[in-house]
Amino acid sequence: MKSNEIFERLIAEFPEDIISLNEDENSESFIYVNPRNIVEIMLFLRDENDLFFDYLSCLSGVDSKENLTVVYNLYSIQLKHRITIKADIPKENPSIATVEKVWLTADWHEREAWDLIGIKFEGHHNLIRILNPYDWEGHPLQKDYKTPEYYHGMRVPV
Amino acid sequence: MAERKDIEIDFGRIEAQRTRLNLGPQHPSTHGVLRLEVELDGEIVTEVVPHIGYLHRCFEKYAENKTYPQVIPYIDRLDYITSMSNEIPYVLGIEKMMGIKVSEKVEAIRTILAELNRIASHQIAVATFGMDAGAFTPFLFFFRDRESILDIFEKLSGARLLYNYIRIGGLMNDLYPSFKNDVLDVINVIRKTNAEVMDLLIDNKIFIERTINIGVLPADVAISFGCSGPVLRGSGVPFDLRRDEPYLNYDKFDFEVCVGKGEMGTLGDSYDRNIVRYHEMEESCRIIEQALKILPDASEDVRSAMPKKVAPKGEIYAKAENPKGELGFYIVGDGKNKPARIKSRSACFVNLSALPAISQGSMIADLILILGSVDIVLGEVDR
Repeated sequence: MKSNEIFERLIAEFPEDIISLNEDENSESFIYVNPRNIVEIMLFLRDENDLFFDYLSCLSGVDSKENLTVVYNLYSIQLKHRITIKADIPKENPSIATVEKVWLTADWHEREAWDLIGIKFEGHHNLIRILNPYDWEGHPLQKDYKTPEYYHGMRVPV
Repeated sequence: MAERKDIEIDFGRIEAQRTRLNLGPQHPSTHGVLRLEVELDGEIVTEVVPHIGYLHRCFEKYAENKTYPQVIPYIDRLDYITSMSNEIPYVLGIEKMMGIKVSEKVEAIRTILAELNRIASHQIAVATFGMDAGAFTPFLFFFRDRESILDIFEKLSGARLLYNYIRIGGLMNDLYPSFKNDVLDVINVIRKTNAEVMDLLIDNKIFIERTINIGVLPADVAISFGCSGPVLRGSGVPFDLRRDEPYLNYDKFDFEVCVGKGEMGTLGDSYDRNIVRYHEMEESCRIIEQALKILPDASEDVRSAMPKKVAPKGEIYAKAENPKGELGFYIVGDGKNKPARIKSRSACFVNLSALPAISQGSMIADLILILGSVDIVLGEVDR
């Protein structure tokens, strides 16, 4: 299924939550959605027979200066098509509903996005740091992150 | 005659006590600096909590401060035993963003090197898995033969482990004259050793009894966990990016996608994951033979398509079938010479997240084997 067909299907089902489709030859084609109903949209993408996105390839958080973006790269092992879903969330309150009930793999991906970018996934059963030490402060991949000078009395190399 | 009485002895109440045990991070069977917090009921594993991050080097943060070509050496250090394959998805992603087409020769060389690296990685995986089960000899055989693959890489790039050979738009340098013969020799050696290992290890009754029916991962759970590579195929899902989303020139070659069949035990057990790796080595040999046939003989400038300035704009999710599974890079470029964001989706990280689900209820000794059958490299898990 082509990305514009997927977009048509989504906009028919969720007319208020789907924002735009972006298609470019040398780029990934992605659909911007409203973060409000993200779980319903993902369940729809997973469960419809002609969409069947059973595989969450990647979940990334991106700091795009004005706001934070959550990027879901979806793939269908059955039907061999792909789509990227993006949701912008404000920096003041960076929270979005978790999709760990939709795909089990989202658990660790979301913990990583929380650890490195600082996106809160509401409803996640165990949202703790995964790569950094559990008592690390700040989220290193935010653009305005300052590396701390000391960590437990040890100098942090810059 | 004395009256018979029931003898009553008070043993006290035997409390079933749960034990919490730390496995790692300095334990050889965890294949690196991985800490598993295990809850045990006697010998039965009731809970596994992996703690990772001991080898975290902020790859993604570093990448934002380096130019695009400077990122490649860092990518080598993700999964440090498959460096050649690691470079491919990143390079392909940048090339697609910039619209660079590379020559047929470059593509063929990349394919051959990726498959050689796949063999080297699977050799380590099967060897260490055998060693986890107590078989030491195949380990020595495989490491001896892996040397000859590393020798080829060393002659090409000057390095034995971290190559920085595949560049954006080309390669570091052309092949050396006896490359073809070297590769054909290596393939012969690999096939001979594989036949020996079949008798020694894979078909060994002790090994089979030890590895079947443990760590069973059903297909739908594997897909939901995002597993890829031999872990997914071991569960019987015939999914291989080389065939299903062809990159390089894999669509020109005839090869089989090996899947687990559950012929010895349950479908998706540790044995199946291991046997998939074993059979994939033979398929890689077949791909290399076909690629050598279409490899043009004439020497040509493999650096001709390399761009002077690498500053792509846009975003892409580039992926490739690595020995461990799907390695993906989500690259965001904003037209500067440094990437705005690189997220690496590493196969080992995702495959390891399925470990708690498949090792619950197994014996503590089997946990080591299950971890071995998932085949992780902590450099890629922690990035």
